[in-house]
Amino acid sequence: MVEEIFSIRKYLRNLKLPFCPGCGIFTVMNSFLRAVHNLGFENLKSFVFCSGIGCSSWISSPYFIADSIHTIHGRSIPVATGVKLVRPDLNVVVFGGDGDIVGIGLSHFIHAARRNLDILVIMINNMVYGMTGGQVAPTTPFGVKTTTTPYGAFEHPIDAPKLAVTAGACYSARWTTAHPKELRESIEKTLRMKGFRFIEVVSQCPTTIGRRMGFKNAGEMVKWFKEKAVPVEQVEKMAEKELEGKIIVGEFVEREKPTLTENIQSRMGRLRIEG
Amino acid sequence: MKMVKPGVYFWQGNEACAEGAITAGCRFFAGYPITPASEIAEHMAKRLPQIGGIAIQMEDEMASIGAVIGASWAGAKAMTATSGPGFSLMQESIGYAFMTETPCVVVDVQRLGPSTGQATKCGQGDVMQSRWGTHGDHAAIVLAPNSVQEMFDLTIKAFNLAEKYRTPVIILADATIAHMREKITVPSLEEIEIINRKKPEADEKAFFGFEEVPPMPAVGEGFNVPVTGSTHNEYGIRFTADPMVHRKLVERLNSKIENHVEEIAEVETYNFDDCKIGIVSFGCTSRAVPEAVEEAEKRGVKAGYIRLKTIWPFPEKKVEIMAEKAETIIVPEINLKQLFYEVERASKGLAKVVPLNKIGGGELITPEELLNKILEAAN
Ligand SMILES: Cc1ncc(C[n+]2csc(CCOP(=O)(O)OP(=O)(O)O)c2C)c(N)n1
Ligand code: SF4
Ligand SMILES: [Mg+2]
Repeated sequence: MVEEIFSIRKYLRNLKLPFCPGCGIFTVMNSFLRAVHNLGFENLKSFVFCSGIGCSSWISSPYFIADSIHTIHGRSIPVATGVKLVRPDLNVVVFGGDGDIVGIGLSHFIHAARRNLDILVIMINNMVYGMTGGQVAPTTPFGVKTTTTPYGAFEHPIDAPKLAVTAGACYSARWTTAHPKELRESIEKTLRMKGFRFIEVVSQCPTTIGRRMGFKNAGEMVKWFKEKAVPVEQVEKMAEKELEGKIIVGEFVEREKPTLTENIQSRMGRLRIEG
Repeated sequence: MKMVKPGVYFWQGNEACAEGAITAGCRFFAGYPITPASEIAEHMAKRLPQIGGIAIQMEDEMASIGAVIGASWAGAKAMTATSGPGFSLMQESIGYAFMTETPCVVVDVQRLGPSTGQATKCGQGDVMQSRWGTHGDHAAIVLAPNSVQEMFDLTIKAFNLAEKYRTPVIILADATIAHMREKITVPSLEEIEIINRKKPEADEKAFFGFEEVPPMPAVGEGFNVPVTGSTHNEYGIRFTADPMVHRKLVERLNSKIENHVEEIAEVETYNFDDCKIGIVSFGCTSRAVPEAVEEAEKRGVKAGYIRLKTIWPFPEKKVEIMAEKAETIIVPEINLKQLFYEVERASKGLAKVVPLNKIGGGELITPEELLNKILEAAN
């Protein structure tokens, strides 16, 4: 344990993390840095992190000792697009919340997948707008009460990993904070892959939505994720009714395609921008 | 490398803007189609790949300015171009670029609003949007070309100011200037001043303070730079608990522009400090001014003008000097009084300031209309 903490400390600035006790964001942060460590990165110098606004967007900035661009709400992917097109040699990783990535920023998400922009997007789906105090999100389960749906959410949630597949992503997966090992392995795999890669992590926000959903604490919520999780491989054998309220986890697609940069290069014969 | 050769050309305004950008070192363009700015995107799409740059059409204007900001932090000089509606969509990120000290150039080729208004017609209704479009306390640098030559020259200047002051710079063009064709002279590269952002030394860490304009690293250079639009200290670390940190940061960001008005704010003048009737104008409208002034002089009226090549920061000292001698200052613009109030404020009550406005159909204020106004004021 001590060794593990030590292994990821080297990537972090000596600042107090802002997340509430029990928040699932800790798990995502841990998993990412452990994946980076396992892959043998001594530091984060080959990475650029882009994030938007929301609790989840704080993972990389300013806590990682790295180049990080903390953009406005919803626009991390466009900024990542500019970075990656100019510096295709850098590992560009986007962290964001469900509101940031598939609420206000949804169009950019789809278009980046369509373009096969060579970035990894990690979306923390806590099913809520956490930072602003627990409003309904495009990912909130039907019927759940939030501060702006006091009578229960009357819309159905978006299935982001499925959407990423349809839009053309090279990799798309969903895990929960009850699957830290799978999550870490997924990150390790995607950091070695090319193309648009997307990982959704269903995560607990005990502060704003946990209690409203009937959970006494963060641990209960994580336990619930574990119970509700159905591996994607099993979905085919299940009836639609059986799948109601379940969280489908696993890898939805893994494929190779020329990236945006490669397509630009093959058309225009250019990769790096000359000074 | 395929830079445009020095010489005389017959270009469209938008084409001149694109070539000016390339000459200034712009190597990244992201945009979204909109009349009357689309030719800039089309020209950049053709030309940038020829010189090792990248142009991309994004899904909207918010994405376009976002990509430009990302490209700038990756070390490229970057630009986007739009018109009023798209300019509105970019405002949040323009504020972000200001707060994060991200050099970039935004071209707003004005058309006739509000809303989709008369989309293909010329307007000058974005004077205040270009100054105050984004929220919070900010300064703005806004240049206003009035010829195809200036679409070239002022685009270079826009990049130079963006790089020098580490701030977004806006080119407030209009449909008339952008779509007209004129003779233009491209000077040799040696004659053109090109300014590049100051880069940090290897051991520097304060990329957001201490100096008036701090050095700017690019991502991927090993500086571990944290960029944030939230209030941050000199090292870029978010720090929102202390009012002094915010005050210091935002006051510096504003004063680094306000302290250099003389250098930034360029004007063209004629008898401006010794006229009875003065005219303050910019952009397409200013093209009618010299003829009207000449005709007024023939009729014995001492007239003069200030033509704003830089609208913001507003060259108020020049206007005050004009107001000291002038009885009347006329402010012609094809909007319903936007620059007018600024001129009135700068005149400090020393001269009577009268508006001359016209909107609709892209009709410009003619030299005759202006002359009549001058004669009316003189009598
Ligand atoms: C343009 C804009 N609209 C609204 C906000 C307010 N806001 C801040 S964070 C946020 C939602 C964050 O939700 P999510 O992305 O899911 O992140 P979480 O806090 O849940 O991790 C909103 C709406 C903002 N900062 N900018
Ligand atoms: S509000 Fe929710 S998402 Fe935000 S830090 Fe607290 S627990 Fe985590
Ligand atoms: Mg959320």
